[in-house]
Amino acid sequence: MDIKDNDRYKMFNRRAAMMSVGGLGVMGTLFGRLYYIQVLEEETYKGLADKNSVRLEKLAPVRGRIYDRFGTELASNQSNFRLVLVPGQTQDIEQALDNLGEVIEVSDGRRERVLKAAKRSRRFSAVTVMENLEWEDFAKVNIRTPDLGGITPEAGVTRDYPFDSDLSHIVGYVAAPNESEIDEDEILSLPGMRIGKDGVERFIEAELRGQSGNRQVEVNAYGRVIRELKREDSTPGKDVILTLDMELQSYAMKRMEGESGAAVVMDIHTGDLLALASVPGFDPNDFNLGLSQDTWDGLRNNKYKPLLNKAIKGQYPPGSTVKTIMALAALEAGVMSPWESVYCGGVTRLGNHDFHCWKDHGPVNMRTAIKESCDVYFYELAQRLGIDRIQSICNRFGLGQVFDFGLPGEKSGVVPSRGWKIANIGEPWQQGETLIAAIGQGFMLANPLQLAVMTARLANGGKAVEPRLIRAVGSEAMDIVAPPSMGFDQSQLQVILDGMNAVSNRAGGTAYGSRIWEKGMELAGKTGTSQVRRITAAERAAGIIKNEDLPWERRDHALFVAFAPVDNPRYAISVFVEHGGGGSKAAAPIARDIMHKTLIKDPSKRRAIGPVAQTMKAPSPATEEG
Amino acid sequence: MSFLEVMGSGGRELRLTEKFFEINWGLILLICVIAGIGFAMLYSVAGGELDPWASNQMIRFAIGMVVLFVVALIDIRVWMSLAYPAYALALLLLIGVEFVGSTGMGAQRWIDLGPFRLQPSEVMKIAMVLTLARYFHGLTLDQVSRVIYLIPALLIIFIPAGLVLQQPDLGTAVLLVAGGIALLVLAGLNWKIMTAGIVVAVSAIPVGWNFLLPYQKARIFTFLDPSRDPLGAGYNIIQSKIALGSGGLFGKGFLQGSQAQLDFLPEKQTDFIFTMLGEELGLVGAAFLLILYLLVLGYCLFFALECRNQFGRLVAMGVGVTFALYVFINVAMVMGLVPVVGVPLPLVSYGGTAMITLLFAFGLLMNVHIHRGVDLPRSSISIW
Repeated sequence: MDIKDNDRYKMFNRRAAMMSVGGLGVMGTLFGRLYYIQVLEEETYKGLADKNSVRLEKLAPVRGRIYDRFGTELASNQSNFRLVLVPGQTQDIEQALDNLGEVIEVSDGRRERVLKAAKRSRRFSAVTVMENLEWEDFAKVNIRTPDLGGITPEAGVTRDYPFDSDLSHIVGYVAAPNESEIDEDEILSLPGMRIGKDGVERFIEAELRGQSGNRQVEVNAYGRVIRELKREDSTPGKDVILTLDMELQSYAMKRMEGESGAAVVMDIHTGDLLALASVPGFDPNDFNLGLSQDTWDGLRNNKYKPLLNKAIKGQYPPGSTVKTIMALAALEAGVMSPWESVYCGGVTRLGNHDFHCWKDHGPVNMRTAIKESCDVYFYELAQRLGIDRIQSICNRFGLGQVFDFGLPGEKSGVVPSRGWKIANIGEPWQQGETLIAAIGQGFMLANPLQLAVMTARLANGGKAVEPRLIRAVGSEAMDIVAPPSMGFDQSQLQVILDGMNAVSNRAGGTAYGSRIWEKGMELAGKTGTSQVRRITAAERAAGIIKNEDLPWERRDHALFVAFAPVDNPRYAISVFVEHGGGGSKAAAPIARDIMHKTLIKDPSKRRAIGPVAQTMKAPSPATEEG
Repeated sequence: MSFLEVMGSGGRELRLTEKFFEINWGLILLICVIAGIGFAMLYSVAGGELDPWASNQMIRFAIGMVVLFVVALIDIRVWMSLAYPAYALALLLLIGVEFVGSTGMGAQRWIDLGPFRLQPSEVMKIAMVLTLARYFHGLTLDQVSRVIYLIPALLIIFIPAGLVLQQPDLGTAVLLVAGGIALLVLAGLNWKIMTAGIVVAVSAIPVGWNFLLPYQKARIFTFLDPSRDPLGAGYNIIQSKIALGSGGLFGKGFLQGSQAQLDFLPEKQTDFIFTMLGEELGLVGAAFLLILYLLVLGYCLFFALECRNQFGRLVAMGVGVTFALYVFINVAMVMGLVPVVGVPLPLVSYGGTAMITLLFAFGLLMNVHIHRGVDLPRSSISIW
């Protein structure tokens, strides 16, 4: 330790001592103040405490509503008559529930739940006893409130879904928040608050929720409210407008009733989703009111999977629907000309493997290969194209990606590639796998939304349109971005569109039976039938079993993608029927009907509503005291 | 050969067991008692339930104690060498929070790391003490007051304080500046510069006022006259004073505070927990807690004075000053002596991040105590 260090140590000691003295002085001030408040002024403050009767209470916000593009209410708020109880203001909760049981019916399960909730909750925060009471029951309770020892009737609001199962997968549903959610945001602890658990309700939860208000109330010695002194209303959540056309959505759901599958209708220029149907659905109101175990088990064990939004979460082999983009890739790469003819003898041999077509087509060029969905033509095309270009064209048309457009839980599907196979299966790519990739089989998986996007991008002249579900949130309209061109040669694109036109409008096309007759409304499409089982050589020799004769789980998936009108395209559609048999038989007729309905309604041409200004103050759920 | 001689001689390193025996168990006990008072009050806030606050707080305290011991037993030279990197990291995080921080209560204060939230301002509180201690450790007394050496020190203090104020978090910014200045004074800044600094600071107040946000100004107005708006912003202070005053000498009894239990009192698990203590356990209870705090501060002073290296002395006092500021600001606030700023009552208020930070700081304090005999020559440590 040198001399200089010694200096600074002395300095430190001096200053530390001075600081301590100063600190003691400050602490002395605190003690003095404490003494002054707690001893000298004790009487004054005791008096104030006894008279103290003003308390701050939080007011729950009203949840924003959800509308379709024409202003139809898809999720609304209904008045909800409920009973609440504040544990700290109730001498004997069991007694109170007994008394309530004399007025209206209280089930044992309900009783148990209330007792448990009351034990868990803070002493002075309200616990919901019953909700969604009939008006008569509510009135009865209202009259008897003085005898109910702490149970208070309240008129609040609750979520209502007027279109129940038609929208279950899009609007989603709300449910009572759980404890960790309440920790995130204290508003959720207010009675009657709900949190979005799925669909749009979940995706834009933050905007729909709103902000709590508060009020100052005068209370009596037991903490019961006597009157309101000051009020700052809650800010209601923002209203949300979707791009959907509810009439079309309901029609699509109805048209697909009885099947398991999905249908997506979108505007090829704006990306607006006009219908996004997934069947079967479920009634979201059940979730809001509290689901019975039976209903829940029924939903979960149903083999048609009503809880799954198949349009965005279902991943299926897209089958021949992707032949369109494969052909386009081949034209772009210059490996195939539109006029070149390939001979289809029903089978392509590669190494030791036979790759089959569904019939012997004889000589086919690109248009006929699309029209008649010839597999052998595309096996040849695939070999010239190679897997890398197949992967690239799929990605450009939206396969293998999520769009994050307004619904949670989108699945990306699979666009196979060399890298993908190494990473996921651990083996190098085989050439045979390139062949079946070109006909949308093998590892390739896509969801119906992606197929609709793919079709839209073909029909709009090769522009990378993105799907859009949210039109406006509150007073803010979501922008429509003009989709960027992907740089395809329009004459090459026209070859593909001609092929698709032939599918449904030329005799021999795979969907000729599902054409639209009306002038100016013709659709052009592509069928897809994807195998879910492997057909063995022995089976093939014995004659392939027809789909109708197989159990449901082993039948082929049926797909159809289309756009219309052919002359001036505006809408794209994709229809998927799980284990429906064949694309032309099961999916195309459905697509035709939904598209026909779309064209008649022509929702893109009609005036949609603008963003809702939040000028209207929705009534806060007022507490009506006894 | 005594323990101190072993360390001073610079011969062999201390073994872990030897360090363990050097832990001051009196301080540990004191910390536990204060935290215990906190658990009791959180139990009362929940109306006589461990859930949701007391049980969580106990878990956090347990984690914090482990942190304390680990920090205490690591060699002091490690902390010294970590000082600048830690400061740089904290500074980066503070800048990062401007861009990716989540907004809580209208202020950007934390970075969301999935399972937990990192508050860079908390990291900075500790990093700044370590950095200033290391910086001044390398300076002679004469150098401290020379402008060329003073400027880096001031930058070390005011850059993070400015960033924190930007968030905006006035309470933490005040803590950082006051803590930093205290270390400057302890390092031996001469009187002339100090006086000049005070003059500049006072004359800057009117300018600074313009930088405050409306809600911060409102708090100051309300502080000056709570009755201006008894049902609005002044509500908290009025209710807090009523609660304290009606508690009297012996209080209304545990779990019996009408102000707190009937929800007149706001934020009683966090900023206003001292009020609840005063209401339920009276002047006796409140004064008892303050005396325990004083004892902790006594330890800080004692550990600083007995330490043989400047780094350790500055760290010990830095921890002490920060701790004292916490206590003072919180207690003075609930009694209406200073404006309402969100500063928790150390070891007692509900909150995980503050708890861990504090116990980390006490770990450093204990570390200084354990390594009090270590000679850290000034000259061997370069400034940068």
